Amino acid sequence: MKAVITVTGQDTLGIIADVSAICSEYGANIVDISQSVMREYFAMIMLVDITTLKMPFTDFVDKMSAHGKEKGLVIQTMHEDIFNSMHRI
Amino acid sequence: MLNTADILETISMIHEENLDIRTTTMGISLLDCIDSDEKKLCDNIYNKITTYAKDLVKTGESIEKEYGIPIINKRVAVTPIALVGGHLSPDGFINVAKTLDRAAQNIGINFIGGFGALVQKGMTKADDTLLSVIPEALAETKLVCSSVNVASTKAGINMDAVARMGKIVKRAAYLTRDNGSIGCAKFVVFANAPDDNPFMAGAFHGVGEGDAVLSVGVSGPGVVSSAIKRAGDCDFQTLAEIIKKTAFKITRVGQLVALEASKRLGVPFGIVDLSLAPTPAVGDSVAHILEGMGLESCGACGTTAALALLNDAVKKGGVMASSSVGGLSGAFIPVSEDQGMIDAVSCGSLTIEKLEAMTAVCSVGLDMIVIPGDTSEDVISGIIADEISIGVANTKTTAVRVIPAYGMDVGDVVDYGGLLGHAPVIKVNNYSPAKFIARGGRIPAPIHSLKN
Repeated sequence: MKAVITVTGQDTLGIIADVSAICSEYGANIVDISQSVMREYFAMIMLVDITTLKMPFTDFVDKMSAHGKEKGLVIQTMHEDIFNSMHRI
Repeated sequence: MLNTADILETISMIHEENLDIRTTTMGISLLDCIDSDEKKLCDNIYNKITTYAKDLVKTGESIEKEYGIPIINKRVAVTPIALVGGHLSPDGFINVAKTLDRAAQNIGINFIGGFGALVQKGMTKADDTLLSVIPEALAETKLVCSSVNVASTKAGINMDAVARMGKIVKRAAYLTRDNGSIGCAKFVVFANAPDDNPFMAGAFHGVGEGDAVLSVGVSGPGVVSSAIKRAGDCDFQTLAEIIKKTAFKITRVGQLVALEASKRLGVPFGIVDLSLAPTPAVGDSVAHILEGMGLESCGACGTTAALALLNDAVKKGGVMASSSVGGLSGAFIPVSEDQGMIDAVSCGSLTIEKLEAMTAVCSVGLDMIVIPGDTSEDVISGIIADEISIGVANTKTTAVRVIPAYGMDVGDVVDYGGLLGHAPVIKVNNYSPAKFIARGGRIPAPIHSLKN
């Protein structure tokens, strides 16, 4: 079971490090990352395995979102099924 | 591996283009609540609804969070109350309405539909009694919605019922006159009403459905609008393809949510209604889709053709995306709930006559249209008779939800707030159909209903 974490906002030091640390703390294994920085704007999409998550998925979603608010970023965590269902016949 | 472009597209649809699940509606049969004792009947109804749907809101909220898709409304639809009312007195029916209201408030949903009757061929005593108290029931409750099916392609049109509908609408408008006649916003008259429509105010749990069912209404006019804008000046086949593909994606989200909600609530999955349902929010307008297709203003000549293309493409795309499509499934044109429609009425480009023509090719009917408060009962019944005839003759669902706003006239604007939006009063042809409506009886079913 996988989830997609998207992070967008102003580029600052340690964005990837912070998000990865939370994933590690809560037992989400990072499968793939794609990120880009355009001028001062940062955008990242992270695919994580949530099979071994140490807490309910909704709590993980809240935690990521709260971290984002703290750092002035928008962090969305969504179950992969929503993408799979929309873009595959 | 998930495609970055797909992910960004989904997120953009949700956050910039107003893609959402408009409603998750649990249909609940009340047939096993029937009791000749009024208090027992009300208790049975209250207990069944508050038991079956107790986790509806909570489940909706979890799914919202996990999939990142807003689920705007959580609702319940019940068996048309006339079928469970038996020998109830008028006050008895009002008490049932109040019971539905209490149950709805207890579980935290925002509307409960089904305080209605199916009278397409004739009326029972229970139907008659329920009809007589609809205005009061709507005035005295907050969350209860009512609908009456007055015709079907197979049965014809019950014109006695149609005559009564005009009276019901006027009285409901009067009783809720201090609130913009909002009672009328909770009442729908149908032809060929579907048993499984998850949208209010016409949702009810049809006879022939099982004990309980979970259905979902998707929405996404903004998504379709944006897709059309990106397409630029393409030809009609390309336009139809784009709308179809977009409708596919939108419906897939509905299917996903419906299956999840059904699993978690332990209630069988019913249908996905893939209707494009607008809201007054910016970028969430069906009228703007039509204008994006190349019309200067919604209501201009060409509007009906544009809507026909849109409605058809939505259905074609949606049907592939879901195992079970039902409800109304098409494009909605509720005036007060669509900023583009509101503007088109205000500038004079959209008239009620054009709206009536549009209903021949789209999925709902004359919806959330505010008419002058002094419109007579007979004219309202005439408006209903016209719309119902379109449905009966074309073997489709049509409906009427008009609001004769007490004390208002053309030039005024009524504001209901929230999803019900606001609307300018629209001009109506006031020549009288009174003698026509007064004939009574039934307009026979059309010849093409004999399909055997």
